[in-house]
Parts: sequence; structure tokens; C-alpha cells
Amino acid sequence: MNATIQTNFARLQIMKSKVLAALRKGENYELKTELNSEYKERRKEAVRRVIANMTVGKDVSGLFTDVLKNMHTDDLEIKKLIYLYLINYAKTQPDLVILAINTFVKDAEDTNPLIRALAIRTMGCLHVVEVLDHLCDPLRKCLKDPNPYVRKTAVMCVAKVYDLNPAVADENGFVGAVREALSDANPMVVSNAVSALTEINEMTPGRDVWRLDSSTVPVLLTAINECIEWGQIAILEALASYTPQGEKEAESICERLLPRLQHANGSVVLTTVRLLIQYEKFVRRADLLTQFAKKMVPPLITLLSSEPEIQYVALRNINIILQHHPKLLSKEIRVFFCKYNDPIYVKYEKLDVLVRICSERNTDPLLNELKEYAREVDVDFVRRAIQAIGRLAIRYESAADKAVKVLVELLQLKVNSVVQDVVIVLRDVFRRYPQTFADVVPTLCEHIDYVNEPDAKAALIWILGEYSEHISNIGNLLSVCLEGFLEEEDEDVQLALVSSVVKFFLKSPQQGQALVLKTLKTATEKCANPDVRDRAYIYWRLLSANPNAARAVALAEKPPVEIENANLPPSLLEELISELGNVSSVLQQPAKLFVYKKADKAGVPRDSDLGARYGDGFDGADGGAATSTSDNGAMGGIGAGNEGEPELLISF
Amino acid sequence: MASAVFLLDLKGKPLIARDYRGDIPLTAIDRFMPLLEDREDEEGTSLPVMTENGVTYLHLREKDVYLVALTRKNTNAMTLLQFLHHLSKVFTEYFKTLEEESIRDNFVIIYELLDEMMDYGVPQITEPKILQEYITQESHMLEITPRPPMAVTNAVSWRSEGISYRKNEVFLDVVESINMLVNPTGNVLSSEIQGAIKMKVYLSGMPELRLGLNDKVMFESTGRSAKGKAVEMEDIRFHQCVRLSKFESDRTISFIPPDGEFELMTYRLNTQLKPLIWCESVVESHRGRVEYMVKAKAQFKHRSTANNVEIVVPVPNDADSPKFKSTIGSVKYAPERSAFVWKIKQFQGGKEALLRAHFGLPSIRDDDPERRPPIGVKFEIPYFTTSGIQVRYLKIVEKSGYQALPWVRYITKNGDYQLRMPEPMTSGGSRLPPI
Repeated sequence: MNATIQTNFARLQIMKSKVLAALRKGENYELKTELNSEYKERRKEAVRRVIANMTVGKDVSGLFTDVLKNMHTDDLEIKKLIYLYLINYAKTQPDLVILAINTFVKDAEDTNPLIRALAIRTMGCLHVVEVLDHLCDPLRKCLKDPNPYVRKTAVMCVAKVYDLNPAVADENGFVGAVREALSDANPMVVSNAVSALTEINEMTPGRDVWRLDSSTVPVLLTAINECIEWGQIAILEALASYTPQGEKEAESICERLLPRLQHANGSVVLTTVRLLIQYEKFVRRADLLTQFAKKMVPPLITLLSSEPEIQYVALRNINIILQHHPKLLSKEIRVFFCKYNDPIYVKYEKLDVLVRICSERNTDPLLNELKEYAREVDVDFVRRAIQAIGRLAIRYESAADKAVKVLVELLQLKVNSVVQDVVIVLRDVFRRYPQTFADVVPTLCEHIDYVNEPDAKAALIWILGEYSEHISNIGNLLSVCLEGFLEEEDEDVQLALVSSVVKFFLKSPQQGQALVLKTLKTATEKCANPDVRDRAYIYWRLLSANPNAARAVALAEKPPVEIENANLPPSLLEELISELGNVSSVLQQPAKLFVYKKADKAGVPRDSDLGARYGDGFDGADGGAATSTSDNGAMGGIGAGNEGEPELLISF
Repeated sequence: MASAVFLLDLKGKPLIARDYRGDIPLTAIDRFMPLLEDREDEEGTSLPVMTENGVTYLHLREKDVYLVALTRKNTNAMTLLQFLHHLSKVFTEYFKTLEEESIRDNFVIIYELLDEMMDYGVPQITEPKILQEYITQESHMLEITPRPPMAVTNAVSWRSEGISYRKNEVFLDVVESINMLVNPTGNVLSSEIQGAIKMKVYLSGMPELRLGLNDKVMFESTGRSAKGKAVEMEDIRFHQCVRLSKFESDRTISFIPPDGEFELMTYRLNTQLKPLIWCESVVESHRGRVEYMVKAKAQFKHRSTANNVEIVVPVPNDADSPKFKSTIGSVKYAPERSAFVWKIKQFQGGKEALLRAHFGLPSIRDDDPERRPPIGVKFEIPYFTTSGIQVRYLKIVEKSGYQALPWVRYITKNGDYQLRMPEPMTSGGSRLPPI
């Protein structure tokens, strides 16, 4: 018993000293010893640990030569790990990489196709020019390898070589070999060849290394049937660059594309939709066009049953498709109703689509639905729902009654944030239908105590001024507002109050006289804001010089409210339609905004000249994106508090 | 195409990374988390696609792991997100669950998988069953080194040759999930059937299968009149083994199946359905207590029975001291879900059940709007499909000429099944009699 304790203790001591020694010399030192161990298992374990350290971000580049010594091994796992190590550190030690070349070249001739492919794939990933010379011979052989698994890897490797040095790829006839691979018997080789050629084309803009023509297109359309999902996408994307040689060809391509809509992969579906829309302009037969549209709808809707991220991309794209084909989904409004557990970003997009596809006939169910959303807890979502109600009211006169009814019901919930948003939206609706909803104003006034955000306050005060004759205690209400006038920091509220009091006075001079004097006096004498002072002075002078002129200014008929226009600019829309599914259509921004030129380093913050270089000239596009993501842009333009009076003043 | 793929922990720290193109510095991933948080502040939600400094970040979250793809091109975002989902599926197949721990424990094999599933940023083989044939947990010596499976190199990428079973059998499960959204007054806002045909295939060799359904479009196009009902499926999506062009031309579903379990097809029907299980609820809220009355009704044929019915009724977060009474089944309070759960083992068609619940509430409550989650319902009705879809035949032909038996099973269950709650009644005296 005692003896065992003692031996255990002794062991502990030894371990402790070993650990301490290791700590002293550093872990890398220990790994170095282990990598050079005479025992295979220990070397293997050491390689694993090196990779583990690399994974967590520790620098193990100092072990380069020691790791390399283990490269010549029969163990596939070790081989793969060392290759991985090389991919990571080759760039930092290009001269040492040459030491690995022999093994690579040898592996590329291995009897096992898996190892041949692995060697070729890894050599391409090293991004080291020095490797290129040694890569050419093995690559040439692998392109003609009897095993398709090796060929599909070799074909991809050509794109990597081309990226490093186009001349080498050309001189060795690699690009030609990839072109030949397009007619390979194996579908994976074909689709990788398509991917590689597409890549190569992108690397050399202006010089089409590969161009689809009417003889290659049918070959690809046949190959697509045999390809795995990713290969299908590669081919579909390549087809997008092809312009059909006439109506007949476009028709037949489209008809052969239709089956792709039934594929389980959402990207195959969306890329097919992109192609169909793109080829539509070459097809004239109306029956075919309706057939295409009809076939597109169900798969697009099925995308909404996918994972939330996929739904999000689908919805962003549906939004674009709808601007191109406004009627496409008008019968499907209910599938866009929000589920309680949808992620917020999906709800936002659904809301956008709902408002977009709502026709005059289905405003009623949608308004009921929006009312439901306006009672959820997420403040931003609630705001968007309320704004959506406003958009419907402004767009469809027939829906205005119901919309206002819903808004008033929401108001009566007395939830602070809801009241603010409702007031702002009501102001816009009142602008659109002057004097139509006067009977709602008294109810609105009952909730005046809840209104405390500047925007909402300005909106409410504007309503008070416009509808003063319908409010029995208007004098009191405005006086209460005036009490807080100087503490009020927001100029929109102050401006609105000055205008509203003047309107009130013009409509009922006797009741309003004292108040208007007090207001104008306070505004001109005590207000710190020059704009507010100026407006008050102008009104004062107008009123004292010529009350009729003042009436003409303050009570002038306002220009009609613009109907919101959340559409993308046509040129951008066309661009995004041809890039459906791509990052640009998800962001709803032109690619040039977020894709850097090849020479520019991505992923690091650039100097402040970024704005100057990219910000200019894209303002319009930027604005388009903003309006489609948030409704604020669209709604903001409707009644910015001073309702067009400044223009009138200038013309006066 | 992706420049790099990362697996991150919840703090945004990389667990594992694979650089495919070397055109983005790997430090770019450090900006992922701040970007995500910015979005949450600005828009109130994170977004699956974000861009900054010429790098686009596409991501999804699986338990405590972020899967992120980085690209500097205007590439196909849908493809990359689909790829990330495939990645997550493959990892789950390999390690049972995808979480931080399983990633740390299996980094070697994850590197191998990442290397195999994507080349130069282009997705390659992602079928878990095929990958498992040549990328395995155990390390191999060269003499028994795996080779690329035949499936990778022949035209049928989802099935290897030389599979052999003593007894050749095929199991077909027709599963219909009902998605339903109902408003408090009982109006169905939206309803759809999500159908799936799942197969378990234990067949030798390279069998050719042909599946016949009572598909209305096919009946019409061939001019045959259907005996009984034919179903018009709105959108059908097939596993990649199905010959799509063949289906497009004459609506036959023909395929060489993968081995083992897979989902052959999914379909969707967007019809106005009556809720199979309908719950009518009344909520009464008083100072210090809230009461519920829920009436559940099985609105399907008498000879069918719904199994394992679970009705989840939400209650306020701070509800306490529950009291329940129900005509059938058992009720339990689940405070962690802010709901009570009513379980009915067997609920026969046409029957009704009643439940009463009473909760205490703290007397001081704020005026903020309550979250109003919907009632959720779970159920399974065997031997029954809502759409009426039927498997007419499954023909199996293999060159060795064996006989194989197909087995078919039908089941209808809940999908996303939400019944919105009514407004709680407050004014007036108690309308519900005491429990």
C-alpha cells in the first residue's frame, strides 16, 4: 500500500519535472522533439497536436522542417494533416516549400486515385509561384487520368494555376484541356470544368477564354441532368452569360430548364428562375410566357418552408422579382403571413412583400393581419406594421376607412410606442384625404398625453392646426403645448406649433387672438432657434400687414401626397434581376458597391477615401436600397411637418 | 464561391477554419461578431448576409456554433447558405450533434471533410453517405487506404455498386405535415399540406424504381380516369436521384435510389383546410389571477384517431399556483416555456374535450403589452392523409431479377400549427364558472 503510494508519488514528481521542463523550453520545443521521435505513433500524435495548435491560432510555423520530415508517410491521415499545414504556412515560407515538392510529385503518381487527387488539389492551394514549375507535369498527367475523381480535381486546379500565372496555364495548354473536359463522360468533371472556365473568364475581363455557343449549350443542357446539385448550379450560372440566337432557341432552352424547378436544392430553383426571367425577353409566344410564370410560382413559395436563412434570401429575391413581375404572386398573399416564431428578419421581409403584392381586393384580410402584428412586443416590427397600414390607406382609397378604423383601435390600446407611430401615420393619411376623417380627431385628442416623441408630437400638432374647428377644447390643448414650447428641443415641434396656432387663429380669430400673440411673442423673443424665430416673424408680419395673404399662405391647399415608391431604380432592377440569388440581390445594392477590385485588399478597413471613391455617384442606388429595406424613406417624404408652406412663402 | 469557411463559437472565436482561395486575410473573421451586433442594434435583428470592407459574410447558427462563409465576390448567396446547411447536416451525421465540443473533439476529420466538400470555393461532394465511404473516423494504413467510391466517379453519384441484401425490401412513408394559422375567431388565415415521401431502401445491386401516385396531372395528361380521387400537387421537389426531365415529359417518377434512408420527394398543397384539431379558448384576466377555458375538437373521421396530442397554451411569464381540470388527458404546467401542456394520448375523430385552468398572478404588473404567443398543437394521425394521396404502385426492376417487397405507411401530423389566442376578457364579472 505504502509502496504504491510512494511509486505513484515518484511518478508524479517525474511528470511534474517533465511538465516544468516543457514549459521552460516551450511547447514547440517539445513538439519538435516528438516530431523527430523514432516511434511512429508519437510522431503521428505530434503532428495532430501541431495541427490542433494551428487550429486555435498558435504559431507553429517554426516547426516547418520538422513537420515536413513526416510528410513521406503511408498514413493517409498524417498526409492530409501535413498537407493542411502546408496550405497554412506555405505563403510565409515559400523557399522551404520546395522541400515538399518531391513528395507531392511522387504522390501525384500514386496508385491510389484519392492520393493523386489530394496531391494535385493541395499543390494548387499553396499559392506559391515557386511550386508552379513543379506542378505542370503532374497536372498534365492528372488532366488525362483514367479516374474521373482525379480529373475533376485536376480541372479545378487549372483555375488555381491560372490565378497564379495565366501565361503558364496557357503555354502548357491547360485551358484547352479544360475546354476539352467539357465533353468528358463524367458529369462532375464537366461541371467542374464549367466552374473553372467561368472563374478563368472572370480573371481576365475582356478576353473571353471561353464562350458558350449554340453547339455547347445543348451539351451542357444534357449534362445538367446527370450532375449533382452543385454542378447543376455551376452550369445554370454559366448559361446566364449566353444570349440565345433567336426565339426558337430561347424557347427550347427554357423548356429544358423547367424541370430544374422541381429540384430539392433551393439554389438550383432560384438560379433557374433567374435564367427563365432572363430568357423571357427572347420569347414572344404569350402562352409560353404564362406557362413559365405559372411554373415559377409554386417552387418560389416552397422556398418559404426552408430554413430561415434560405427564406430570407428567397424573400429578398421575391421582392425583386415582384418589381419585375408585379402580378406574379398576387393570389398568394396568405403564404406571406408572419408566423409567431419567424425570426424578425424574415418578418420584416414578409411585411414588405405583403404590402407590395396587396391588391385593392385583399386589403381587408391584410389590414386585419397587420393589426395583429401591431400588437406584438417587438417595437421595430410593430412600427413597420403600423407604417404598412398607412401605406395601404394611402395607396387604396377604398381601404382608407378600414385602415383608419384599425389605427384608432390601436391608439386605444394606449401602448406608448404604438401611440407615437399611429399618430405619425394618421397625419400622412389625413394629408392624403383632407377633411375626410375629421370625426376621428376628437378621439385622437383624448390620447394627447401619450404623445411624447418629437416626430409624433409634431404630427399631432399639425393635425390640431388642420382640424382646429373640430376640436372643442382646441385653445386649451394648444396652450398646453405652448407651455412646454421653450423646453422643447426639437425644432420640428416648435415649427409645427407656430404654424398650427396661426391656422387656429385664422379659422377662429376671436378664440385664437390671445394665444397667437403669446405664441409669436414667445417664439420671436425667447426662442433660440433662428428658423423658428424667422417663421414666427414672417407669420407675424403677414398677419399684421395683410390677414388675407396670411390666410392664403397658412390655409393654402396642400399638394397631394405622393404615393410611396419603394421600387428600385430601373437600371439597378435590371442588374439585380440578372443576378438573382447573388449577394447583390440580397443586399439590393449594385455589386460595385461591395466588391473590391482584385488589387484592393479586402477584409481590412480602408482609408477614409473609401467614401469618396465609392460613396459618390451611388447615392441614388443607395437610396433605393434604403427605401426597400425600411419604410422610413418612403414615409418621410409625405409630410415633413411644415407641409409645403416654405415654398409658398418664397413665391409670395 | 466561398473564399473561406469558418466554424465559430458563440463569442465569434474561430474553432476551425479552411481557407479555399487565399484572397481574404483570415483576420477578416474578427469583424464578424461586431458586424452582427451592429446589425442587431440598428435593425433589431441579425442578418444572414452582411458585407463590410469588400468581404461578404454569410452565416447560420447551429446550437452554440456559427457556420460562416466569406467571399469577396458577388457570388450566389443562396448556394453558399445551402452549402452551409449541407455542411451542418454532414457534421451532424458524423458526430450526432453539431456543437462546440463535438467540433473540438473531431477537428482532424472536420478538416478532411472541409477539404473534400469544397474545392477552390466550389461545393463538391456533400452527400453524407458517400463521404462516409471514404472519410472515416479510424485512420487507415495505406494498404487498406480507402479509394474514391465508385459513386463519386460513375454517373450515379448517390449509390455505390455492389450493394447486397439477403432480403430485398423497400419501406415508403407518406408523411403529411399540416401547417396552419388560425385567428382567434376561428378563421383559417393560411393552411397548407407539406407532404414528404420518405424511403428506406434495402435493395441489392442497381435497382430501377418507378413510383406511381394518384397524380391528377398525370391522369389528365394520359387521358385515364382515376378510380377514386386524384390529387393535384402544387409543387413537387425531388431528391436528385429522380429523373426530372422524365417527370417533366410524362410525369413518371423513375429513379435509382440511394441506399438506406432518404427523402424521395416533397410536395405542397395550398388548400383551405378545416383545422384537424381545433381549439377554442376563452381567457379571463382579473387582478391577481387568470383563467382559461379550452375546448378541443377532433375534426376528422370517426374511424381515425390522433395519437400523442399535445396542446400547448401560453400563459403570462409570472403565472403561478396552477389548477387544472380536464375531461380527458393530463395537464402539466411548464413554467420554463411559460405555458401549460395538455396531453391526450388518443383523441378519436369527432370527439370533443374540455379543459379549465386557473393561475395566480402577482398583483402588481406593468402595463407593457403582453407577449401573445399562439396555441401550438402537436398530433399524429396514422393511416390517414389529408390530401388523399395514394401510392398506386412501386415497381422494382434489377437485372438479377430478384423480387422485392414494398411496404407503404401513411401518417398525418402537425407542421407549423398555430392558433392565435383571443384577447383576455377583463371587464365585467367572472363569466367562467369557478373550477
